[in-house]
Amino acid sequence: MTDASLPAPSERRQHTSLIAPDARTRKRKAAEARFRMYGIAGIATGIFFLIVLLVSIVSSGAGAFQQTFINVPVYLDPAKLDKNGNRDPEEMSKVSTFGYSPLIQNALLSLVNEQSIETPLKKGGDMKALISASAAAQVRDVVLANPDLVGETIDFRILASSRVDGYLKDRVQREDVARDKNIDAEHLDLVDALVPAGVVEKTFNMAFITGADASESRAESAGIGVAMIGSFFMMLVVLVLSLPIGVAASIYLEEFAPKNRITDIIEVNIANLAAVPSIVFGILGLAVFIQFMHLPQSAPLVGGLVLTLMTLPTIIISTRASLKAVPPSIRDAALGVGASKMQAVFHHVLPLAAPGILTGTIIGLAQALGETAPLLLIGMVGFIASNAPDGLASGLLDPNSAMPAQIYEWAKRADPAFYERAWGGIIILLVFLITMNTIAVILRRRFERRW
Amino acid sequence: MSVIWLSAIILTISLGGFILGRRRALSSAGGSSKKLHSLPVYYGSNAFMKSVVPAFGILIIWMLIQPFYINGQVAPMIPPGEVETDVNTGLLMSEVRRTAEGIDEAVRSGMLDEDFAVDANADFTDMTERLKDAGQIVTTQFSAPVLRAAQAYRQMSGVSRTMMTIVVIAVALAGAAWGIKQSDRDFRARNVVEQGVLAILIAAASVAILTTIGIILSLIFNTIEFFRLYPAADFFTLLEWAPSFSGRGGSSSLGILPLLWGTIYISVIALLVAVPIGLYSAVYLSEYASARVRGIAKPLLEILAGIPTIVYGLFALLTIGPLLMSVFGDDGTGWMGGGRSVMTAGIAMGIMLIPFVSSLSDDIINAVPQSLRDGSYGLGATRSETIRQVVLPAALPGIVGAILLAASRAIGETMIVVLGAGAAARLSLNPFEAMTTVTAKIVSQLTGDSDFASPEALVAFALGITLFVLTLGLNVFALFIVRKYREQYE
Repeated sequence: MTDASLPAPSERRQHTSLIAPDARTRKRKAAEARFRMYGIAGIATGIFFLIVLLVSIVSSGAGAFQQTFINVPVYLDPAKLDKNGNRDPEEMSKVSTFGYSPLIQNALLSLVNEQSIETPLKKGGDMKALISASAAAQVRDVVLANPDLVGETIDFRILASSRVDGYLKDRVQREDVARDKNIDAEHLDLVDALVPAGVVEKTFNMAFITGADASESRAESAGIGVAMIGSFFMMLVVLVLSLPIGVAASIYLEEFAPKNRITDIIEVNIANLAAVPSIVFGILGLAVFIQFMHLPQSAPLVGGLVLTLMTLPTIIISTRASLKAVPPSIRDAALGVGASKMQAVFHHVLPLAAPGILTGTIIGLAQALGETAPLLLIGMVGFIASNAPDGLASGLLDPNSAMPAQIYEWAKRADPAFYERAWGGIIILLVFLITMNTIAVILRRRFERRW
Repeated sequence: MSVIWLSAIILTISLGGFILGRRRALSSAGGSSKKLHSLPVYYGSNAFMKSVVPAFGILIIWMLIQPFYINGQVAPMIPPGEVETDVNTGLLMSEVRRTAEGIDEAVRSGMLDEDFAVDANADFTDMTERLKDAGQIVTTQFSAPVLRAAQAYRQMSGVSRTMMTIVVIAVALAGAAWGIKQSDRDFRARNVVEQGVLAILIAAASVAILTTIGIILSLIFNTIEFFRLYPAADFFTLLEWAPSFSGRGGSSSLGILPLLWGTIYISVIALLVAVPIGLYSAVYLSEYASARVRGIAKPLLEILAGIPTIVYGLFALLTIGPLLMSVFGDDGTGWMGGGRSVMTAGIAMGIMLIPFVSSLSDDIINAVPQSLRDGSYGLGATRSETIRQVVLPAALPGIVGAILLAASRAIGETMIVVLGAGAAARLSLNPFEAMTTVTAKIVSQLTGDSDFASPEALVAFALGITLFVLTLGLNVFALFIVRKYREQYE
């Protein structure tokens, strides 16, 4: 390019001033501002999604921690419950929950009449829609435990049906009731009248945190407690196996391994395992632990083994990082005073790396705690654990569920009352995860060391 | 004897070995540890290791082999004519096992006395009655040969258990004795112990290889089994996915293409959500944001990565689905038939992947040397021009690698698609229609009631191997790109 082909400088600069920017500069500045805005918009969208997610979890799940109860004095009629009058628990256990339901329904009806509430519901059977199906079993259990109560009138606090509960939580709308065969508008009128009287009340629901899952028709009595125990036993297996194995593997790879084919294969392997989809680990668990080794299905032991294999790469990667962070001078000093290589590692390097290893382990455990897909394949869903396991062996080998699997199970059921439980379960799960992550962060801060 | 008790006994023996080994070494040196070759604790550890490692090794191997051996012995006891043609031997053996456990349970509860339980001539109907009384389930496949087989099974596993207990305890004692005997002042205990520890470390490192081998074997064996029952050509080329649920097979169409289509479609939508948001966030965080903004925004975005996928699944099902329905469903444009669709799952998965893309890209953008930027500024470029024309092209291979890693996560993601995408396998272009993916079908084929030997269940393993190969390929490719790029500045 020669000077001749360029326009004369005076021509180009003709209409510009130093103060007013020209069109091209304005365009470039606008593009700059736009680009910046895109960046801010990107972050804002991400944080917006986070907030929407958290808000919908909290707003949808808070309901699970509240439950509607009905306070009703039930007359335990000896004519129905103990015909022979022997007060013999053996004999009385022959009366099934069907024998108890009318007692509760009549008790509620007479309570309604006492309050002089106008209602077209005149029969005891009409009260059925208000009461949970588990109420009769609750009363029966109390009576069988204390046979002497028969003949007396006892105050019970029984669960309301999930429709009533949903109505008080605005989940069930009056418009929907017309299409619902489980409850009528008259029932809702009655509930409205009973709330000021204190018969129907909404209180904190401890049973959700401690209880077991319930059958598909009794959303109101489902809890996540037993699944929590299942998760606990799984995490126990993961911790006991993955921490020692992971640390041992990292020590070998970081401190002792010669650079050769075999260690190369091991390293590539670990990197690959970290990226294998979790469902594939589920297939592995199903084929190896259940089909091949005949370990019991749905057992927390098997779930723990599968999660151990999934967690190992995480722990190995973070452990190697913290071993690498210990400066070579520590090792040299130990070797210099006559320690063997093994002693230098176990007596000096490992204790210094311990906080980092612990942090990585907690984060790995937190990941494992939230994992669902592999648990579906080894059968940790679809089983309703009715009571907590007793002892270590039963906790490890008896069929159980885990928190995320339980949440999935609830999300699969069509009743919206179970959706509320699922969100509630998520709140509890997130509380655990946040606690674990906070502990990891605190540990990291506390033991952070600059060499 | 239960395994827990046996383990406790082994540990007790080994601890005894530790104490005695240590004491013997000290006494051989006249009580002064200075005259020993190694510290006293190494002599104890030597005895401990020699006792505990072989004993537990034999225990584990024994427990793995025992079922195979007994199955092989018991299976021929059931005459072939006894078995209905559609009941395979695997199922029958599990019936035998269940019966054996039932008898065990009945004996334990006292409903059945031991002599009667082992009696090979015991009356079949009488035994059935007694088992029923004890609350043990007796199924239709329960027959006299099954009962005999169960009795034999029970007896053999009983004998095997006793033998195992004896052998394992003997090995533990012998190991401890050997270790104690070695404990002498001249014995190089430390070297031996360290060699042992090194072997244990190597074994731990090999677990990763074992896991991979386990994955590959379990996938391949079952896939071969599947292709024996179902033609491979159909699996890879059929445009239809319609498993029959009769459990007998034959009438199912199991073509993987609709599932792959659903997987790819959902992943593409997820990436369309995650990549722009993640990339712009990363650019802003690394190039524009002040340290304070970065310190707040980055961890906030990373929270999204720590949330379990079941939460995103539920979020898709109960929040995104209804939201999309109100816009694109019957009340809006009418494109959407139900809450579950490719869009629903894709958006939820996209949200999950945002921090994945942003963190990886952030690292990569930060790794671009400052001199490149300074050079660009020196030529008079604005910040955005520098980023677009210098930084991003320099970081491009790394960013592509990050996106590929995100894509492989999207392909392997299960819970979001199980809850959000629906169950219908179809080849359609409408993103508001329900489709299904490879992972979702693995779950549904393996959680049903179908028998493990049917092609409907085995197909899950063929799907699994496809998924494994697909994600592994993407990961290896992504790592290759990232690694190659990184070397450029070093």
